Amino acid sequence: MRQEKKIDCPAVIELIGVEKVFGRQRVLDGVDLRVCEGTTTVIVGASGEGKSVILKHMLGLMRPDAGRVEIFGRDITQASARELKAVRRDFGVLFQNVALFDSMTIFDNVALPLRERTKERPQQIAVRVEELLQMMDLPGAATKYPAQLSGGMQKRVGLARALALDPKIVFFDEPTTGLDVLKSNEIYRLFHHTQAKLGYTAVIVSHDVPKIFKLSDHVALLAEGVIQGQLTPEEFQRSENPLIRDFVETTMGLIYSSEREEAALQ
Amino acid sequence: MVLLFEKLGDYTLYYLEQAGRMGLFLCQCLWRVVTPPYRIFPVVRQLNFIGARSIFVIFFTGGFTGMVLALQGYYTLRKFGSEGLLGSAVALSLIRELGPVTAALMVIGRAGSAMTAEIGIMRNSEQIDALECMAVDPWRYLIVPKFIAAVISMPLLTAIFDVVGIFGGYLVGSLMLGVNGGTYFQGMYQSVHWVDVEMGLVKSLVFGLLIVWISTAKGYFLHWERSGGFGAEGVSRATTSSVVLASVTVLIWDYLLSAIML
Repeated sequence: MRQEKKIDCPAVIELIGVEKVFGRQRVLDGVDLRVCEGTTTVIVGASGEGKSVILKHMLGLMRPDAGRVEIFGRDITQASARELKAVRRDFGVLFQNVALFDSMTIFDNVALPLRERTKERPQQIAVRVEELLQMMDLPGAATKYPAQLSGGMQKRVGLARALALDPKIVFFDEPTTGLDVLKSNEIYRLFHHTQAKLGYTAVIVSHDVPKIFKLSDHVALLAEGVIQGQLTPEEFQRSENPLIRDFVETTMGLIYSSEREEAALQ
Repeated sequence: MVLLFEKLGDYTLYYLEQAGRMGLFLCQCLWRVVTPPYRIFPVVRQLNFIGARSIFVIFFTGGFTGMVLALQGYYTLRKFGSEGLLGSAVALSLIRELGPVTAALMVIGRAGSAMTAEIGIMRNSEQIDALECMAVDPWRYLIVPKFIAAVISMPLLTAIFDVVGIFGGYLVGSLMLGVNGGTYFQGMYQSVHWVDVEMGLVKSLVFGLLIVWISTAKGYFLHWERSGGFGAEGVSRATTSSVVLASVTVLIWDYLLSAIML
């Protein structure tokens, strides 16, 4: 039984039977996943299971060997470069290693999507960038280069850049990897804050179990090349699926019992 | 035996694939060069990088190439008692052959390697993926300005190389070795025809295109490199192979163009 319960909602992203093989390794073996509008879906799973590969399929950076990837009901696996570009206009992405343009200042990094994709005047762009940097608690960072910032600050710049064009879907690839607890919480707080404000749909690939569950509407476990169930966090924890049980037991035994952690996230 | 064939087929397929990729890459870039939107500022920036900042090195190499040509040419020509032909010998060799080739090799070393490394690092650190995900066309944003700038810069740099080389030759030939200055320039004036200049021009245009094509494609397809395009070593390998490939390709095309245009 792959899917314990079908989620019923207007889908923004839908993966249907996605398969991907690298050399002799079958990474995705019929992935079905449905991301609902305005919700946060978290994809979890052990390292090397192919979580980022799923994300790359959603972004159209990889094409599946079989199956469909539908974004707003449109199959992007068959889309031309132009159609793909049109679909990506609604995307914001925070990459695992942030992927800031390291030879540009923070200001230019955040301004780039605005300069390239809108016809706004330089003054308007400057105002918007300043606003985004304020929102991310990054005052005075505009003239610095990415290498001069800490990891947490880089992630925030990445988030500012991802949100620059008010995207409808934002993808987060391991948003807190390599950050300490406080910095992670800061990122989560910003995420929560911006999602409430902008109302985007979020897809998060994360290792940070159990904390990430608090932010999620649905949790999907990728194991053995398939999604083992896409459930609400509570359902996920109580799931009968042996692989999910295994995952829950090894990673998050104490999630709802630690009050201190609860308080830290508030 | 079967293994040998398997390996052979594997290699053939890989190189075919790579050739196809490079070909498509060129088509994609050229298509974007001719279709709007056209943007001036990024091209100017690249003109500064590929062209203007190469002038110094072109000046030096051009000067010394001309000087050594005069020195060696004088030695050879004196054997036949025809030192008076020094001007035309220097000018013709520079304009038809040495100018375009040496300038191209200098640009490969200075700008080509930098382009491969820059784009390779961007590929490695997912910056190109980031551009794509922002619906910014990485070809248009990163590569097209370099294409235009290289094709404009190469002939100009070659022209500078030629002129400086000719004066370098004059310096050595006339001031050091005692060839009459008037004879030097008169010989040149009489023997250099428009077809020679045209040959140099065509060569430099083709070389410019080849250099920018190979250098950018090598960086752009870093992740497809057979030897593994990962990390700093991947970038360094791609840069090396792009410099080697570009240099060899320039020399091969130099022969082909000479053979065609002679």
